[in-house]
Amino acid sequence: MIRLWFKSGVPWIWLNAAAVSICIIMVLGVLGLVTVRGAGHFWPSQVTQFNYQEEGKLARIIIGEKVDASITPAQMAKSTGHIMADNEDTLVQYLVKTGNRDITGTDFMWIEARNVKEQSDPLDLMVIERREWGNFYGRLLEVKEGSKTIATGKEAWPVVQTKIADALIIFDEIAHLEKKQIGAINYNLERLRLKQRKLELENKLDDTAKQQIAAQAATYDVEYKKYQVQVAELYKKIRLNSLVAETENGTTLKIPLYKVVRAFQPNAMSMFDKIIHYGVKVVEFLTDDPREANTEGGIFPAIFGTVMMVMMMSVIVTPFGVIAAVYLREYAKQGFTTRLIRIAVNNLAGVPSVVYGVFGLGFFVYILGGNIDQLFFPESAPAPVYGTPGLLWASITLALLTLPVVIVSTEEGLARIPSSIREGSLALGATKLETLWLTVLPMASPAMMTGLILAVARAAGEVAPLMLVGVVKLAPTLPLDGNFPFLHLDRKFMHLGFHIYDVGFQSPNVEAARPLVYATALLLVLVIIGLNLAAIVIRNNLREKYRALEG
Amino acid sequence: MSEQQVRTHAIDMSSVLRGRSNQNEKNETCIKVENLNLFYGDKQALHGINMEMPKKKVTAYIGPSGCGKSTLLRCINRMNDLVDSAKIDGKILLNGENIYDKAVNVAALRRRIGMVFQKPNPFPKSIFENVAYGLRIQGINDKRTLEETVEKSLRGAALWDEMKDRLNDNALGMSGGQQQRLVIARAIAIEPEVLLLDEPASALDPISTLKIEELINELKEKYTIVIVTHNMQQAARVSDYTAFMYMGELIEIGATSELFTNPVKKQTEDYITGRYG
Repeated sequence: MIRLWFKSGVPWIWLNAAAVSICIIMVLGVLGLVTVRGAGHFWPSQVTQFNYQEEGKLARIIIGEKVDASITPAQMAKSTGHIMADNEDTLVQYLVKTGNRDITGTDFMWIEARNVKEQSDPLDLMVIERREWGNFYGRLLEVKEGSKTIATGKEAWPVVQTKIADALIIFDEIAHLEKKQIGAINYNLERLRLKQRKLELENKLDDTAKQQIAAQAATYDVEYKKYQVQVAELYKKIRLNSLVAETENGTTLKIPLYKVVRAFQPNAMSMFDKIIHYGVKVVEFLTDDPREANTEGGIFPAIFGTVMMVMMMSVIVTPFGVIAAVYLREYAKQGFTTRLIRIAVNNLAGVPSVVYGVFGLGFFVYILGGNIDQLFFPESAPAPVYGTPGLLWASITLALLTLPVVIVSTEEGLARIPSSIREGSLALGATKLETLWLTVLPMASPAMMTGLILAVARAAGEVAPLMLVGVVKLAPTLPLDGNFPFLHLDRKFMHLGFHIYDVGFQSPNVEAARPLVYATALLLVLVIIGLNLAAIVIRNNLREKYRALEG
Repeated sequence: MSEQQVRTHAIDMSSVLRGRSNQNEKNETCIKVENLNLFYGDKQALHGINMEMPKKKVTAYIGPSGCGKSTLLRCINRMNDLVDSAKIDGKILLNGENIYDKAVNVAALRRRIGMVFQKPNPFPKSIFENVAYGLRIQGINDKRTLEETVEKSLRGAALWDEMKDRLNDNALGMSGGQQQRLVIARAIAIEPEVLLLDEPASALDPISTLKIEELINELKEKYTIVIVTHNMQQAARVSDYTAFMYMGELIEIGATSELFTNPVKKQTEDYITGRYG
């Protein structure tokens, strides 16, 4: 019976089905976990007020968000020093985000459920997201303009909202002035300095050149002073307003409004308000710069850096891979040498990525970059231009890393094109190059795209080599901006993969950063899926267009 | 019969051909094969072939599978250059010039000698672009010229009426017979002097085959045609001259009517009467 059953092939089908199911469950599990944890982070959770009294201590009030709960068996709790009554089987603990790091020194605390005498969610509890010191939890007392109180009690809430909105507008204006206008002037001044240094090195710095440069610098200076006055005025304006709030233990705290990102009362929010709040937070996450050692704010520079790097890598790897594959398949005499090259290419795909990083740092950055600096940028010495990790070197290193995939799949694509098509083209008087260019390569383009898809998937998720050749924790400027020459390949950049590592494991405030790790991971997955989908759509279109002759 | 004898005999046959074509004095020779040997590695595939193919006539090669007729055909536009192991000695003269001369530009030569293969091999492009391909690689991109040539060529291949509204459709959507006629249109678009047809109808149904044969009859007014075929009836129907090949050797060549009714060699007679092959 059993034998027959085995022979029928049914167990084999079950085995296959089981394998496929496990794969799907694992993928969906990872995606699900990351989505739930990451996407939930932006939802405004309830703020609870606990009446808390530990054995033999005074009762006190704790205000915060319940973030996590843990249940420990009594035995285990005892061994870690908790005093357990005989009738208690388990110790329930809550992790509460209490914020107010500037006052208490921590953001989070564990409390024991049995010591909570009473808990409630009062409507007037307020959360303030600040630019420094993390969240504030407490109650609003009054709003001040200078030293004059302009609203107290219940009226204070609407007033503080409008004042915060005003402050945010001014804040954006300041940021814009500092980053764009003053940043551009600084950039130009630096270029001017380099120009002067260059002339000096070439012994061409005569009086007329000096005067020219001085005149230019003077105009920049005038502009700079103008903006400085503007910024100073705006600072004066924004520093005027502040709010006074009371913490859980009754301390009052004056918070200047320019340090406030937003204030909200989650317990009083309707569903609709919460959805809007959620949307605003998600948009902020996607489009803003990070704050507070990357644990708050957005991750736009990391998204931008990742996409930019992947695109640069694609632009570099595609021509190289395709040319190499065309040579190997179409021109090289098949034999020992080509076999050796193929083996080498395939082995290249198996080299650990960090080795590429080391190679990139040693060869590209130090040797190539160092020589480029010596030859073309002597004026900026001792500061390196290309002799330091940057976007260009990161892209080239990853291009090298993904080259084997592109070569192998392009070669396969070329091999699949029927020889009758080549002969047809050659018989019409086309040369080999024309045949390749007009017929063979277009028909092999879906295979090239397949290679590129694999390359993108690998490159976008790579972190280890990037840490050595160009990715940093926080890049002050994007590699693409409004200053000539617009694309700054020498700049360092941020990357989602590295961001996850940095926020999750290098951050001073791991507990606060954890949800962000999930959110960033979700985003990284989405970016990779997006890039892949784009490539797949292109490939399918090409496939449809160049459907090869079958049969 | 020893190899040497066959060779001398082949030369004899070409002189016989000259004698036979006396009644048709204005027949000029277009392609002349002189003492052609071809080796694939160590294996000799063609043995001392000598023959002449007259201008604006259809010459058919017949013979059993593997006798070298396609190989010989592919020598005429130097397609065998693509085979790394192929070595050729001897001469093929196209209007008196040796096409195996070192100075010959192979791409330019192939423009003068068009070829149609056994299986239709249209490019995965539109019908228009397929026909215009040969012109485009010559750098002709003028829209008017292209349109005129495409129409003329499609008419020449008896495909215009069927396809004039579908010029932008992908050529791979056509039927096999249409594809083969498209490939012929593509070949005549660059106005070659010679058309080589390598079993052009072997992959087609009878009706498509008939159309191709009618087309060959029309095309011979303008082009010198050499056709390889497995099908002796086809050779009899379309060709003016027929060459019978066997084991890489040219056994006999002559006017089709004579060769089929009154073969000189016993081997030819055995083959056409179906005794072997």
